[in-house]
Amino acid sequence: MEAKIGVFICYCGGNISDYVDCERVREAVSKEPGVVVAKTFMFTCSDAAQEEMIADIRKEGLNAIVIASCSPKLHLQTFRNMARRAGLNPYTYVQVNIREQCSWAHTHHKEAATRKAIRLVRAGIAKARLSIPLEPIKVKTTPAVLVVGAGVAGMRAALALADMGLEVHVVEREKAAGGWVKKWARVFPSGRPGEELVNTLLKGFEERENIYLYLETEVVEKRGSVGQFQVRLKGPQGEQEVEVGAIVVATGFSPYVPKEGEFAYGASGVLTLQELHALLKRGIEGRFVYAGREVRNVAFIYCVGSREKEGHTYCSRYCCTAAVYLGLLLAERYPEVKQFHFYRDMRTYGKYEIFYHNCLEKGAIFLRFEPPDVPKVEVAGERFFIRVKDRLTGGEEVEVPADLVVLVTGMVLSPNENLVNVLKLPVGKDAFFNEVHPKLRPVETVIDGLFIAGACQGPKNIAESVTSGLAAAAKIGALLLQKELRLEPLVAHVLKDRCTGCGECVAACPYEALSLKTEDGKQIAYLNPALCKGEGACVPVCPEEAIEIWGYGHEQIRSMIQGLCKEDL
Amino acid sequence: MEREIKVLVFSTNTISDPGIDLAGASHLDYPTGVSVISVPCSSGIDPRWILYALKDQCFDGVFIAADGEDCPFLSDCTKRTGEIVNRAQALLKENGLDPRRLKMAAICSVCAEPFVNHIKKFVEGLKDLS
Repeated sequence: MEAKIGVFICYCGGNISDYVDCERVREAVSKEPGVVVAKTFMFTCSDAAQEEMIADIRKEGLNAIVIASCSPKLHLQTFRNMARRAGLNPYTYVQVNIREQCSWAHTHHKEAATRKAIRLVRAGIAKARLSIPLEPIKVKTTPAVLVVGAGVAGMRAALALADMGLEVHVVEREKAAGGWVKKWARVFPSGRPGEELVNTLLKGFEERENIYLYLETEVVEKRGSVGQFQVRLKGPQGEQEVEVGAIVVATGFSPYVPKEGEFAYGASGVLTLQELHALLKRGIEGRFVYAGREVRNVAFIYCVGSREKEGHTYCSRYCCTAAVYLGLLLAERYPEVKQFHFYRDMRTYGKYEIFYHNCLEKGAIFLRFEPPDVPKVEVAGERFFIRVKDRLTGGEEVEVPADLVVLVTGMVLSPNENLVNVLKLPVGKDAFFNEVHPKLRPVETVIDGLFIAGACQGPKNIAESVTSGLAAAAKIGALLLQKELRLEPLVAHVLKDRCTGCGECVAACPYEALSLKTEDGKQIAYLNPALCKGEGACVPVCPEEAIEIWGYGHEQIRSMIQGLCKEDL
Repeated sequence: MEREIKVLVFSTNTISDPGIDLAGASHLDYPTGVSVISVPCSSGIDPRWILYALKDQCFDGVFIAADGEDCPFLSDCTKRTGEIVNRAQALLKENGLDPRRLKMAAICSVCAEPFVNHIKKFVEGLKDLS
């Protein structure tokens, strides 16, 4: 098909035209092969300019357009939509950035900036000339979801998803639902034991017919892609397969387990936060007794397994609050027991500050340390002596006797290598699962249809875990309640006549989007466009140039390079 | 007049492009012979394009503004892009071109100043090569 290209150059009200001679650019590029219209506008993004461009597209029967204006980050979608309104395929639109990457970067060289703008627009025209109309990839959705992990985040997400009318399969590898929360002595804000919170959620499961809970079950295989996953589960009754449109991973955390000897861990009477929960949950009537001996003094040592110089460098964020909250419970039950809290920084953020104050009011004593001067725990028979340089008293060395030492341990990812491998979960630097962007896409992963929620993506308290579980549910609802998904078509495609079936691209693809198959008696690479992310890792490994990304083809890139060089040839 | 050194930058849509855009938005000047072609990810840059730009076309140097650790697609993007650079440099040598004509640096989405510093240094180096 003969190219009929329209080129529209923006003054951006002077932001471009003050530093680039836009009229000269227009004149130079109007002679490029295939260009039938070339115009300048004060603002191409204005309604009036868009109407005029739409009229030109229709009148001249344009099959591609180039707009030289600002960064595509700003207006790529604006002009794609405009192209669609004009009846032009949005993927035959090319945006050339002559503002951020030309006029604004070369404000002192109008002549050179103008020549650069001409080159950039020529490259854009070259790209547009070889552009192919594309349609979004359409995928039918299965109205079902797999939730991996039946802790509070996964359970709350499951309830929300079920209420949207989706079928929910909840997989838990333990014998019971509820995760760590179930084991906790009491939780904010109700002050009830964690188990009661879990039971409320479980009752919600029972009341809904579309939630299926699989205990002692693991995910062993995943096939398919967003909208249509097939997942194989292995449980006490053997293996079975479920079809789902999306997956949410909410496998939670594991408490940090101190090393033998770390703050005397291993000695009887040195507990972790979780072990104190278990002790208080059991409840001891009357006096506070541990291992047959009465406890008069309790020492809490904060930041164990958090904020380390190497290893767990992050703050586990929930532990300060958890420690003072348990300190309060201890003070209520055993007011005669003295508490000493050895902390680095008190991070009882937001609403939880009140617990710190209440704890102070109950008479708990707080001592502040700063690495490398961490508290030293000396074991003296059945007792302990904790020595610390207390920053609150100007670095004075203080010694405190204790009958029980509680190590306020942080969170690490609950290890599950099998799941990471099966689902190809992205793991971040801190060893938790990684979202695409902490603010813009906080529960999505780079794999479409695979979501994460709760403490598996980083330390969270219950409220935050539940919030992210609900966020994942909302995202999945938005995805699956559409009966058909439309995916960005800028993915790879195989040029069958060039492909020799060598398999290099299959090995290079990180998303298992490529496989080899036999077609007309010849082995060639086959691409599942719904799995392809369009990053192009397959492109440079193909010896035959037989695979490329739509919009970034070999010929297209070479002709852009030519366009950028034209004035000098 | 001194001949303008031409540098082709391969940049990525979501990571290094915003960094390079920010350089312009902050009016940080860099040489006008520097032009950008944007691609989805630096792991998808083909060494054959680099050879074409340097051998068959006007460019004096090619700069890969890589995603580095911020890559939204791949956790091993740096390693993969590094392999592309190695292959491309071997290809340049085979064709009698100085491998120093290709340079890679990770440019993050707010790395405006690092980009400008890298590119200025690269252009100076290319002047010496020419």
